[in-house]
Amino acid sequence: MSAPHLDVRYIANLVRLRLTEEEITELQPQLDHVLSYIEQLDEVNVEGIEPTAHASAVYNVFRADVPRNGFTQEQATANAPHSGNGLFLVPKVVEG
Amino acid sequence: MNLEGLTITKARRLIQAGELSPVQLVDAVQAAIERTDPAVGGYLSRDYERARALAEKTDVTLPLGGIPVAIKDVISVEGESCTCASQILQGYVAPYDATVITKLRAAGAIPFGRTNMDEFAMGSSTENSSLRITRNPRDPERIPGGSSGGSAAVVAADEALASLGSDTGGSIRQPAALCGCVGLKPSYGRVSRYGLVAFASSLDQIGPFTHTVEDAALVLQAIAGHDPLDSTSLDLPVPDYSAPLNDGVKGLKLGVPKEYFVEGMDPQVEARVRAAIEVYRGLGAEIVEVSLPHTKYAVADYYIIATAEASANLARFDGVRYGQRASAPRDLADHYGRTRGEGFGKEVKRRIILGTYVLSSGYYDAFYLRAQKVRTLIRRDFEEAFRKVDGLLSPTSPVAAFKIGERMADPLQMYLADIFTIAANLAGICGISVPCGDAEVDGKKLPVGLQIMAPAFEEARLLRIARAYETACSA
Repeated sequence: MSAPHLDVRYIANLVRLRLTEEEITELQPQLDHVLSYIEQLDEVNVEGIEPTAHASAVYNVFRADVPRNGFTQEQATANAPHSGNGLFLVPKVVEG
Repeated sequence: MNLEGLTITKARRLIQAGELSPVQLVDAVQAAIERTDPAVGGYLSRDYERARALAEKTDVTLPLGGIPVAIKDVISVEGESCTCASQILQGYVAPYDATVITKLRAAGAIPFGRTNMDEFAMGSSTENSSLRITRNPRDPERIPGGSSGGSAAVVAADEALASLGSDTGGSIRQPAALCGCVGLKPSYGRVSRYGLVAFASSLDQIGPFTHTVEDAALVLQAIAGHDPLDSTSLDLPVPDYSAPLNDGVKGLKLGVPKEYFVEGMDPQVEARVRAAIEVYRGLGAEIVEVSLPHTKYAVADYYIIATAEASANLARFDGVRYGQRASAPRDLADHYGRTRGEGFGKEVKRRIILGTYVLSSGYYDAFYLRAQKVRTLIRRDFEEAFRKVDGLLSPTSPVAAFKIGERMADPLQMYLADIFTIAANLAGICGISVPCGDAEVDGKKLPVGLQIMAPAFEEARLLRIARAYETACSA
């Protein structure tokens, strides 16, 4: 693998993380450094090795399809910074 | 009532003999906190009245009847704040109990107090808390370890009999080692994570901090078991952890992984751990050197897998349903960007960005998929070793507690603090840290931890091995 470049500004925008210029300046070399450390995995021979997604041997866990109690609308919105009429309120999404 | 040296086992004996009431015990915890916590800073919040009300009603015949247990601020307790030490969750009140809390209550315990941590459990020193500094009870200039630094410090400082923490790459075992108490990470799937704020879902486990191995067995007994609300918890019977506790290690084979004694580790740490290994030899265990050849890749592997999972898990913090929201957003993108930019601390941002990068198109195979394959090799190392031995002995941390601020400028140095604990999470096995003496640094006696690891779902054996050492040392 050729040395890839992690562009902090670009990725931060993808994950909706507004950074200040100072933060970008600080994070870029730190992440470059961590990334160059992580790249040592390149030297491991993983030919024919199955990936491990998690450590326990359970897959496709099903539960009985029966109704159960959840939150009331009031409980569900109790922690919302802005709510009204039992709804979460957000800035306007559609123009016009 | 003085909390100093008071274990759950001892407190239970006093309560059952009628010499101590659960309310008096809460009073004693309050006195200890008021005396000690201003210097340690382990707690974020606590509600004595609520605890006293629970103490009045508790059934003292239950296994943990009347025992207050401090809770890391990442585990939900209904009606209490759960901030994960983050600004983004200021004001959040948990609407339900985590399964471990429901189970603690069913065993008669009193969930009491919220303990400090690295923000979203990301860190090894608790310095990433956005709320306060927690200091090592042995030396106020030094860190308590992390991420469950508050939970470890309050037990080690005798401000709590026990606490719960979470361990994703060592966040229970490492602070237990650095503060000088017992810290247990159960196997992946042994304890339900329902109600634990997720960091890295394939690695996270909840476990106890206690003064003794005997107490750790009691708390694990209460919280272990299958939970339909956590589909990764395994439907396996929970054995009696206390019954075989004193069976000793005679005839057991204990492995010493050569990769866990590396250049650059503190010679005093190595000496204490080697001495502990000799104690086991004296107790009749056969000591065998083993190899875990992929150990050196564990930290790199972890920082791909854990950050990838974290970047997905932390997407839910969007300022819509809970937590803080940026003021007067221009539009939705501005709302998300500033809410998250203002709400998350630096380490969380670093990990979200790294995790997003390793999952992104074009890099997924090179980083994430490769890391999952290396994870298989790390697991196989342990499977191979456990074919030859019953348990593994190693240091928990390569160094004793470092100074506050010492590693904050270099994230990689901080990541390497977990070099001996991370592999257990990747492999899903169980591990425990028990105090094994002190290292003398700058005239201060700093605790050293012995890590013991055992195969997945062999907590009974793990605790028995740990208990043998504890008993030998207190004899």
